[in-house]
Amino acid sequence: MKKLLSIFAVTVFAFSANAGTLDDVKNRGFLKCGVTTGLAGFAAPDDSGEWAGLDADMCRAVAVAVFGDRSKVEFITTTGKSRFPTLASGEVDMLARNTTWTISRDVNLGFEFVGVNFYDGQGFMIPSSLGVSSATELDGATVCIQTGTTTELNLADFFRLNGISYEALPIETNDEGKENLFAGRCDVYTTDASGLSSTRAAAADPGKWLVLPEIISKEPLGPLVRHGDHQWGDVVRWSLNAMIIAEELGVSSENVDAQKSSNVPEVLRLLGVEGSYGEMLELAPDWAYQIIKQIGNYSESYEANVGPDTPLEIARGLNALWTQGGILYAPPFR
Amino acid sequence: MSDITESRKPPVATTGILGWLRMNLFSNWVNSLISLFVLYILFQFVPWILNWTIFAADFKYNFNGEEIINREMCSRVLDPENGGACWAIIYVRFYQFMYGFYPREEVWRVNLSYIMLAVAVVPLLFDNFPFRKHFLKFTYVFPVIAFFLLNGGLGLESVSTNKWGGLLVTLVLGCTGIALAFPLGIILALGRRSNLPVISMMCTLFIEFIRGVPLITLLFFGMVMLPLFLPEGIDMDGLARVLVAVTLFQSAYMAEVIRGGLQAIPQGQYEAARSIGLSYWQMNLKVVLPQAIRISIPSIVNTSIGLFKDTTLVIIVGLLDLLGIGRGALADTTWLGLAYEVYFFVSLVFFIFTFAMSRYSLYLEKKLKTGINMGAD
Repeated sequence: MKKLLSIFAVTVFAFSANAGTLDDVKNRGFLKCGVTTGLAGFAAPDDSGEWAGLDADMCRAVAVAVFGDRSKVEFITTTGKSRFPTLASGEVDMLARNTTWTISRDVNLGFEFVGVNFYDGQGFMIPSSLGVSSATELDGATVCIQTGTTTELNLADFFRLNGISYEALPIETNDEGKENLFAGRCDVYTTDASGLSSTRAAAADPGKWLVLPEIISKEPLGPLVRHGDHQWGDVVRWSLNAMIIAEELGVSSENVDAQKSSNVPEVLRLLGVEGSYGEMLELAPDWAYQIIKQIGNYSESYEANVGPDTPLEIARGLNALWTQGGILYAPPFR
Repeated sequence: MSDITESRKPPVATTGILGWLRMNLFSNWVNSLISLFVLYILFQFVPWILNWTIFAADFKYNFNGEEIINREMCSRVLDPENGGACWAIIYVRFYQFMYGFYPREEVWRVNLSYIMLAVAVVPLLFDNFPFRKHFLKFTYVFPVIAFFLLNGGLGLESVSTNKWGGLLVTLVLGCTGIALAFPLGIILALGRRSNLPVISMMCTLFIEFIRGVPLITLLFFGMVMLPLFLPEGIDMDGLARVLVAVTLFQSAYMAEVIRGGLQAIPQGQYEAARSIGLSYWQMNLKVVLPQAIRISIPSIVNTSIGLFKDTTLVIIVGLLDLLGIGRGALADTTWLGLAYEVYFFVSLVFFIFTFAMSRYSLYLEKKLKTGINMGAD
């Protein structure tokens, strides 16, 4: 079935994607962006029905780059199963949907991941009363684990490597894991760290739960587009990079107007004061300026949606800039 | 046998409240035990549930009198011991629960459709409705009006179905599925019983195939594969594709329900109809189907209720129905963790609709006396 789907995906792509997506988007007048059906901090409708979150900001950034208007985007909800066919069939122009960049998705499914907007990884959550400070001390623990996921395999590997044993309590959904952990039916719940944070934030008393420091897998989440349309891929890639570079250069939505008269050459290039980078991408000269003005730099988006001041309380960690101990890194803007 | 004696009053213990209690709750010691147990459970839980959902609950303001705008302000988060449900999440997001992301300036169109739906359906349901004939004419054109009203066109601004959500999607899927599946189901049922082997085989194959796969599979089929069968350049709407899948699914089940009704009609009815010279269609429309459908009413309502609830599966293909909007609300960091309130509200809405359907079915059964043996009726 998987193979069949990917063959379909490739066939459909051959028909629909050769036309320039950028032109399609411009002609249509708005961007179609695939997001989750609701994931705390990444994409969820707020009280007024506006989509908010790290991934939603990614979609808006691309809309701003193309149209200079953050509202020119239609969010299309996709599930873990429907996301790839939806992208392949051209129903959405891009996905920003908490999707892990793996070789098979990049190569075999015919997509192109254009970057990483969140470095996630599998972690462990325990009740703080357990008195454990490291996952290596979890010998003999009962672990709630979603069946049929890569997390299950990662867990087995981790415990085997450390020579300790565990008892698995198989669950189907995140909600089920949450309930089982809160009810004390398992000692540990393991899933992606961002998921653990939202689980913790939803607890009656978040202070009673602890996310252990060990991260046992790589889950780079990023936006993706269809293979073969490099012009469009570049637009999405550099919309993300512009936000990261802006943070690196200290340009934010608040000081972006003042920065237009900066004496740092890269800032001037980023904001379209010098050079013709917008033209290269077939975008307006001030496309990156508009992204920073209307959405903010990466840090602003992160802090507003998932950062330590939000209920999710996810520290920057790996997602800090490379200059600040993280691995967030964008190629130079020149 | 013809002795006439003066009638005596029945014993006290068999009439009034006492009699009813004795008859229904305490007729023997096993029933008495069960009754006492159930009463005990009710006594334990009903006050608690009422307290949680109503008396100790926050609606718009918390116990400090502040308007609740996030989870931290809910009484039950501030004071887990005494606080009840925090209905503010429903209050604040009521629009989304009802209409999804439908643009606010266009929402009168949805409201008008809801009202027109009532005007179209109520006369259909009750045959003593005044001026029913004239209202029924409206019922026939209502789907067309509703389509243009909700979707746009004819001078109205187009609203993409991506923006539809909540109860709107649930009702569109439920109503369209049930309304379209009924005639399709009748045709399939007649087709399956047809004497023409090709028709009978095709209908049987269709029914067995559709019934043999889960609704989720059909939804995926509609969502992912249907576009591949369409000619190049024709872009079918996501909601429409799901509607096709739901309708096909429901029609297969409906066909089997109606076939059950058809099989219960005695052969004599067919023969009698034939003998007075009725054609195949006259026989079915005037003699067989009215009786067959009448005895199938409980099952028809049963599958319809089933479909109405199954519409929640569309979240799998990324449509946000009532339940999907609820889950979206729970994923908003402002409201994380208020799952009980959201699921309670969604269940309540579903219960109102399904209970109404079930009551209506009872009313119909009573009116048509479906329970009575056909021959003696």
